[in-house]
Amino acid sequence: MPGSVRLDARAAAIELSGIDKRFGAVQANRAVDLRVEAGTIHGIVGENGAGKSTLMSILYGFYEADAGEIRLNGNLVSIPDSSAAIRLGIGMVHQHFMLVEPFTVLENVMLGVEGGRRLSAGKARARKELLTLARDYDLRVDPDAVVGDLPVGLQQRVEILKALYRGAETLILDEPTGVLTPDEADHLFRILGRLRAQGKTVLLITHKLREILAITDSVSVMRRGEMVATRRTAETSAEELAELMVGRRVLLRVDKGPARPGKVLLSVENARVVDEHGVERLRGVSLDVRAGEIVGIAGVAGNGQSELLETIAGMRPLTGGRISVGGETWEKADPAQLRLKGLAHVPEDRHRMGLVTTFLAKENAILGYHGRPAYANGMFLDREAILQASRAQMEAYDVRPPDPELKTANFSGGNQQKIVLAREITAGPEVLIVGQPTRGVDVGAIEAIHRRLIELRDAGKAILLVSVELDEVRALSDRVLVMFDGRIMGERDASADEREIGLLMSGVTGEAA
Amino acid sequence: MNAPLPNWVDLGLIPMLNLAAAFLVAGLVVLAVGESPIEAVQVILYGAFGFGEGIGFTLFYTTSFIFTGLAVAVAFHAGLFNIGGEGQAYIGGLGVGLMVLAFDHHLPWWLIAPIAALGGALFGALWALIPAYLQATRGSHIVITTIMFNFIAASLMVWLLVNVVKVPGTMSVESRTFLPEGRLPKLGGLMEFFGLDIGGAPLNASFLLALVACVAVWLLIWRTRLGYEIRVFGANPSAARYAGINPVRITIVTMLISGGLAGLMALNPVMGEQHRMFLDIGGGAGFVGIAVALMGRAHPVGVALAALLFGVLYQGGAELAFEMPAITRDMVVVIQGLVVLFAGALEFMFRPTVARLFALRAREKPA
Amino acid sequence: MSLDAIILLLDSALRLSTPLLFACLAGLYAERSGVFDIGLEGKLLASAFAAAAAAAMSGSAWVGLMSGMAASIVLALIHAFACITWRGSQIVSGVAVNFLAAGLTALLGQAWFRQGGRTPTLASSERFREIRLPGADLVADVPLLGPLYSQLLSGHSLLVYIALLTAPVTWWVLWHTRFGLRLRAVGENPAAVDTAGINVTWMRYQAMIVCGALCGIGGTYLSISQSAGFVTDMSAGKGFIALAALIFAKWRPMQALGACLLFGFLDAAAIRLQGVHLPLIGETPVQLIQAAPYILTVVLLAGFIGKATPPKAGGVAYVKER
Repeated sequence: MPGSVRLDARAAAIELSGIDKRFGAVQANRAVDLRVEAGTIHGIVGENGAGKSTLMSILYGFYEADAGEIRLNGNLVSIPDSSAAIRLGIGMVHQHFMLVEPFTVLENVMLGVEGGRRLSAGKARARKELLTLARDYDLRVDPDAVVGDLPVGLQQRVEILKALYRGAETLILDEPTGVLTPDEADHLFRILGRLRAQGKTVLLITHKLREILAITDSVSVMRRGEMVATRRTAETSAEELAELMVGRRVLLRVDKGPARPGKVLLSVENARVVDEHGVERLRGVSLDVRAGEIVGIAGVAGNGQSELLETIAGMRPLTGGRISVGGETWEKADPAQLRLKGLAHVPEDRHRMGLVTTFLAKENAILGYHGRPAYANGMFLDREAILQASRAQMEAYDVRPPDPELKTANFSGGNQQKIVLAREITAGPEVLIVGQPTRGVDVGAIEAIHRRLIELRDAGKAILLVSVELDEVRALSDRVLVMFDGRIMGERDASADEREIGLLMSGVTGEAA
Repeated sequence: MNAPLPNWVDLGLIPMLNLAAAFLVAGLVVLAVGESPIEAVQVILYGAFGFGEGIGFTLFYTTSFIFTGLAVAVAFHAGLFNIGGEGQAYIGGLGVGLMVLAFDHHLPWWLIAPIAALGGALFGALWALIPAYLQATRGSHIVITTIMFNFIAASLMVWLLVNVVKVPGTMSVESRTFLPEGRLPKLGGLMEFFGLDIGGAPLNASFLLALVACVAVWLLIWRTRLGYEIRVFGANPSAARYAGINPVRITIVTMLISGGLAGLMALNPVMGEQHRMFLDIGGGAGFVGIAVALMGRAHPVGVALAALLFGVLYQGGAELAFEMPAITRDMVVVIQGLVVLFAGALEFMFRPTVARLFALRAREKPA
Repeated sequence: MSLDAIILLLDSALRLSTPLLFACLAGLYAERSGVFDIGLEGKLLASAFAAAAAAAMSGSAWVGLMSGMAASIVLALIHAFACITWRGSQIVSGVAVNFLAAGLTALLGQAWFRQGGRTPTLASSERFREIRLPGADLVADVPLLGPLYSQLLSGHSLLVYIALLTAPVTWWVLWHTRFGLRLRAVGENPAAVDTAGINVTWMRYQAMIVCGALCGIGGTYLSISQSAGFVTDMSAGKGFIALAALIFAKWRPMQALGACLLFGFLDAAAIRLQGVHLPLIGETPVQLIQAAPYILTVVLLAGFIGKATPPKAGGVAYVKER
């Protein structure tokens, strides 16, 4: 690996060599090497799809690598499942907690290692051990508290305790601060520091550079399935890391003329959204999109973009703030109403939301618009009109094969996406919100989809684009907003330096850098 | 379970395999009671089709099963499991009976019939309304509530029949017999037109209504806006939300239609056969409807065919009870259970094996 | 009502609640592990038939009990096979079990015994007889407590006492043993259990086997203890009342005991209250009392008597996220 630092020659706690992992057509990990010293906190950064989670899942036994070796403390090991990983002293704190909510902390920690058929003996031992762990690592939780009642920060502590209770020497944390308040995050870092002091090894997966700089001893950067670089944290900077993460890229050339923005068609004012678990996902987001412009939102997934789209589309209620579409303001609307007001929505997850995959293509061509006079005579659907409309959409958007009677599941991902796009744009909206427009789409179709969006912009419509593909955002958008942790971190011109955008995406503002 | 197989496999071959498995096991049961399955099948087919009256009875039973099967099928399209058809049919019988009793002194049958049908459908729908509302607004599991409502219906109807509807002074727990104008005409004449003498079979005009209902349900589900919304909601509730479809509205409307269809079933026994209100109007048809809907894959044509199959089993089963006393009518319930098991719960059991066979064939084919 | 009449009523209630209690606790194990089981009715019926048939043919009540449990466990395994291994709909599978039991018991009953679907009447040596608790005769004359002990509590069949004990035993198993902890966990968050290295499928199969066993005792009680043989449709909806009791008890064993006793009491009272005038209602319709358990369950499900939250993972087959 060019440009990497060879850390000192002690036996590494963890050494991965030449790890390959493929899922179908996607090479999630390619010849990845990783070396982590015992008693350190090692960070792993990268954008979405960089391969960090896959790599850690291999270490934790969730997946088995196609090729490569794993050595722990110099010994070659095989990790076929999570039980093996636990036995080898590897503990994982998942992003989505694996906790039984009605159980107490004690019961959750004991589950699987109860120490006997009757619980009473095991409980006493567990209680004692928890006290010891609490003292050693500052992991204080009431053992008899019901996990479901605990705030998220304390729930995470239970996850850490679970791993330590099973004798983990290495702890892997996957994006641990996504659900924490700043105070809770700080406390977590203190705990990690104590773990390190006691000789434990910590692997921290994150896209937040501030955390890397604050707590890690060394950091590896992954990009597109490959390990790009490893640095001692003290010897690098946010800028360097951001650049490594994002890569030096040529600005994708998409043929487009300059934007001619008109009046504001979509306006979000100080939007706040709290999700079902009480976690704040949008913390006062404000933005405007004008007619004839594309506003792109860049950012790592999970920073509120999904909630933003769903809220604007009327699928999620606002906890605070307001949204205006076409001049009308609302705090609560439903998707059907919004379509009538001229808002169209290409959802991030076409399978879950944008299509009914068991339907025929022509039936999906009217999803959300099935009540329109064009498609329905009173109670009955106008089948001929629907068939024609579907055919026209397919031809206009080069859907292959252009067969309205084919089951939607039988189309490729790219063509499915084109079906959704065709439907939403043909409906003639004034505002289009679109998420991950080219996820799972082949290269040829990507170009066509991008062209369509530009055309729509030139026709004077307002487009809000959300994508984790920074290239795409920069190529299509006239203005780029960067979202991090439920907030808009800043606005840049699309041609702005990718390093700057990378920094914003990683939570580093101008002041803090 | 995710390998894409050609349409005809999923829609034709695998359901056939499921059915075959069900009947194979049924055959084993027949063997276990010491009778020959082949002979049993022959007797059943004879009993169902071998003579005019048999055909009449077969179609008479089929009528009830079409209605209850459609009821369950409509609910399935919205992703809802309506087990309450038996209770809804029972209460529907109350609706039918009340309408007839109110008007059979005054109006001709061809006016009473639609009124009674409306009454049956309305009462059946109302009996489905509370479970539907509770599921839609409070998330109360509709399966449990409809099961409970079946039992509540039974208690309610017994009380009504004993205390309100019964003719004073008599012992039998039933209403007064309907006057001739309050009875649905039998289809004997119509069947003669086809060269069949159905003798004393109670096949009546509600059979024709059942066929109309098949067409109506087909139109509803695949040709109307409401049907589209029902199908979207049943296939993918997230997509339904995305499309602006209101889950509460769809749940309630679908269950009302479902309950209404089950309520219509009562026309057959109440106005078409017994000419009175009586105990246990449903007679198990509500439960047969579940098997019929599963076997017929919730499509009206499938439902009609499956209903016919069960009609054959019921009528053939009666004949079988004569010829082979060891096999009572309960054999039909066993088959019901096997159909529900193989066509319902074990729906995909044969799929991996079939998929593997197809993969083998594909590999052996020259490139 | 005199004390004697009350005791008779409660005595009857206790007997009537026994099969409910077995079925209810059976359902508790299943649902706590995340498998909805509406086939309790079918298992009660099947085991009642198997027990009576076996007892009649072998002359032993214990053979009857074993057969009853075996029949019920077979049905439970069919349900498990369909729902757990093949991830079929738990509701549909339960419905199938009920149909199969209803059909097979009547069919085989007629085919094997030719008595119109009944099994031969059992001699008293082939049934579980009444047990007099120690000291019952001695304290019989003590005011109030005496009759309570000697008439109400004593003199029931062995199975009644087993039923009453099963509730606290279940409580202990579920909250104080490793098996119970894991079982409850599987019903709430199978993924968490999986990552802890425990086999989710095997846990659920074990729960279904216990469910089958308990229903088996319940059905056996119906045909061998409470009655002297099997008659068609003997369970008469008790499996569904047990389901209602389970929901009413919010899936907790001691509350299940209370709910089943309550519903058993309603059943006993229904006959006795016939013709009795209650204030406000007038003459109580027996059907209203018969329907009471079901109405109460609906009211509970509607959220009017507190929330009834079933085990979180119930009703959905577990698919490993890979």
